Amino acid sequence: MFAEFGYGILVVTFIVAFYSILAAVYGAKNKSASLVESARRAMLLTFPLISIAALSLIYLLVNNHYEVAFVYGVTSRSMPTYLKITAWWGGQAGSLVFWSFLLSGFASAVTLRKWDRDIEFLPWVIVVCSITLMFFLGLVVFYENPFTRYWLVGGNVEPHMFAPSNATLFTAADGQGLNPLLRHPGMVIHPPMLYLGFVSYVIPYAFAMAALITGRTDDRWIRLTRRWSLWAWLFLSFGLVLGGRWAYDVLGWGGYWGWDPVEIAAFMPWLTGTAFLHSVMIQEKRGLLKHWNMILVILTYSLVIFGTFLTRSGVLSSVHAFANSPIGPLFMGFVSLSLIVSISLVIWRWPDLQSETEMKSMLSREALFLLNNLLFMSILVICFWGVIFPLISELFTGQKVTVGPPFYERATAPLFSALLFLMAVAPLSAWGHSTFQTLGRAMWKSAIAAALVTVALFFSYTQNIGALIGFFLIALILFITFQEFWRGARARQKVQGENFFIALSRLMGRNRRRYGGYIIHISMALMAIGILGIEIFQSSTQGMLAQGEELEIAGYTVKYRELASWDDAGKGVNFTRATLDVYENGVFLGELNPRIDYYFDSQQNMTIPGNRSTLRDDLYVLLVDWQPVSNMGATFKIYVNPLVNWLWIGSLLFLAGIVFAAWPDHDPAEEPIRAARQVGQSSAAD
Amino acid sequence: MKKFLLTLAFIFLLSLFTGVAFAQESTPSDDEVNAVASQLYCPVCESTPLDVCPTEACRQWRDLIRQQLADGMTEDQIKKYFVDNYGARVLAEPPKQGSYWLFYLLPPVIILAGAFILLRSMKAWTKPIVAQPAHSAARSETSTTDEYVSQFEEESKKRK
Repeated sequence: MFAEFGYGILVVTFIVAFYSILAAVYGAKNKSASLVESARRAMLLTFPLISIAALSLIYLLVNNHYEVAFVYGVTSRSMPTYLKITAWWGGQAGSLVFWSFLLSGFASAVTLRKWDRDIEFLPWVIVVCSITLMFFLGLVVFYENPFTRYWLVGGNVEPHMFAPSNATLFTAADGQGLNPLLRHPGMVIHPPMLYLGFVSYVIPYAFAMAALITGRTDDRWIRLTRRWSLWAWLFLSFGLVLGGRWAYDVLGWGGYWGWDPVEIAAFMPWLTGTAFLHSVMIQEKRGLLKHWNMILVILTYSLVIFGTFLTRSGVLSSVHAFANSPIGPLFMGFVSLSLIVSISLVIWRWPDLQSETEMKSMLSREALFLLNNLLFMSILVICFWGVIFPLISELFTGQKVTVGPPFYERATAPLFSALLFLMAVAPLSAWGHSTFQTLGRAMWKSAIAAALVTVALFFSYTQNIGALIGFFLIALILFITFQEFWRGARARQKVQGENFFIALSRLMGRNRRRYGGYIIHISMALMAIGILGIEIFQSSTQGMLAQGEELEIAGYTVKYRELASWDDAGKGVNFTRATLDVYENGVFLGELNPRIDYYFDSQQNMTIPGNRSTLRDDLYVLLVDWQPVSNMGATFKIYVNPLVNWLWIGSLLFLAGIVFAAWPDHDPAEEPIRAARQVGQSSAAD
Repeated sequence: MKKFLLTLAFIFLLSLFTGVAFAQESTPSDDEVNAVASQLYCPVCESTPLDVCPTEACRQWRDLIRQQLADGMTEDQIKKYFVDNYGARVLAEPPKQGSYWLFYLLPPVIILAGAFILLRSMKAWTKPIVAQPAHSAARSETSTTDEYVSQFEEESKKRK
């Protein structure tokens, strides 16, 4: 009953979305405010509708309704309730419903704002959001329906939505269960975070299209979507970081990023999104780059859909698997069509997107932001080419090839280093005009400090040239950015007569975007420390140990003490857990417990590392099942990952930085009142 | 006595040879196998390096590498063996030969083209700078307070 109800609601939502498109288009063309209002309400209606459908699905998931194919595929009796709920996005059909749910939610939130002078954008924003929503709902309603049920038809079990003739409902005793790799907190939050990021980028895209269609090609659309773009970037960035943390914790290869096509599929919109974040500032401050910002937001939207397509269509396992389900061709068709339409709109409005001013200097902030964009786009070219080349190769020659980390690392390392350098230098440049002299004057002290740090590292830590260049750039970013905080606070202190810390916090509060941006740059520098450490200095060893034997690596000694193995019937898992003692220079540091968890329902292993984390490094131990594991002997693989925790620390600071940057500034209208009050206070204090 | 000493000498020499023979048969360590396996990809799984792949087939391939190392094959010879038997997909990047030149050529070409377009556009947007060193010196020292002033000015413009 719930299955039919849920499906019916989705069909209704699909129709409502279609209606909202028609009403919005007719309303805009005939300047009918009531039709546009009707479209807006239809858009709003989709959210409660999809929520009800989602709740029906969750009800089925939590209550073990294994006659529903999706429930059978992603849950089992031994799973805890919270995992049964999050299994909603554990499979293709459910995650498409989840995508639609989020899009409907965000589009509704957008339509709830005050439109006033932007009312001409409203119908077109609705149209773009509803077309996207219809696409995803259409995929669900017609092809990937999570409410399909199993029927016994003449001795065979077949999935159908509605009962075939002479069929009875078939209910399995237990489900297959969620892939054990997905039963980890990081993996529970990672898809929602990524989807939040993906879906949020639909909104700036919708406003950009509205701007092109209505001819309001000034920066109004950018200002309206500034906060959306920032939050979208936050969610996407966090989704990527969580994915990395999950890989590190449960995939069992001692790393956080493997340059896998599915990882890159989510990384590509992040690259254009970051470029967009910077490039819109140029349009806001100097009225330049209007064409380019349109292209960037169109690219980001297309990469979001393309990324969802890459992950969902099976095309990555084989080009030919792509055609097995209609999903692949439909996604390709949608991306291509939306690209063609969007670019046509840009071409149509090309003359209206002329720049308002000139760029006066090659070292101005706008010039450095352009260089930033060039670097991000170059990294994008490398990523995109690396992902599609194997597909092209297989399509045209039948030969599969692999494009792996060596290519990506070699190609992108110089580009990322250049970006680090820009992060250090660009905050010193001014809008409109900078010269080598002004930049040099502002940065020479930090440059010397960074050089000194690098020399110290050369003598005490490493002689690896690549690492030293990286550390120099990181130190440069940190010194220059802290210097900017210092100088700003000191200047304010002199002018306002405040205590330094009050000056600092008021300084930051007055310009959250700039100082939030600086915090983000600092966090990127910290993440770079972690990445440098693990990429350049990782060491590993593997060996079979009998009880009591030891392995040595990087100054650590790891001794195999004992093994325990037991079944947990409630969780449906067999645990095999080793206990190892860790020593450094003879000093006992603690115990580590790497595990192999075998899940009966899906017949899959999970290797969970035993990990000792410090700021200096991670000692990361895996139980490897190359040879059968027993008390007599077990094979262990040990990684030592120097500095890797700076990656996670940096990502937390990153989150804080974005939240700070996105927090609303003080209302500018209050500025003169506040300033007058302070002048009154300081003169009263004299 | 002479016979006894000769037998002893013979046994001693024999043990030397057998010792050498054992040394040649010592199995390559897991680390040595991993050093080669980490550069190869599983021929049947997706995007999985051979040293971490958990399947039975990969286990057998790793044993094969161990045997090949024990037989004295070099890293390059082992990689060539896998390519010959399982195709180019076992390598971590497309072979640097034949029709794969396109793979390596295209990104630098596109990036350079992008840089060229950018440079042309920037030249079109800029006018030549008239050298005013005195201005730029004054600007940098008061740049922070100048920024406040310009920020106030911008905001008052917005409210008009």
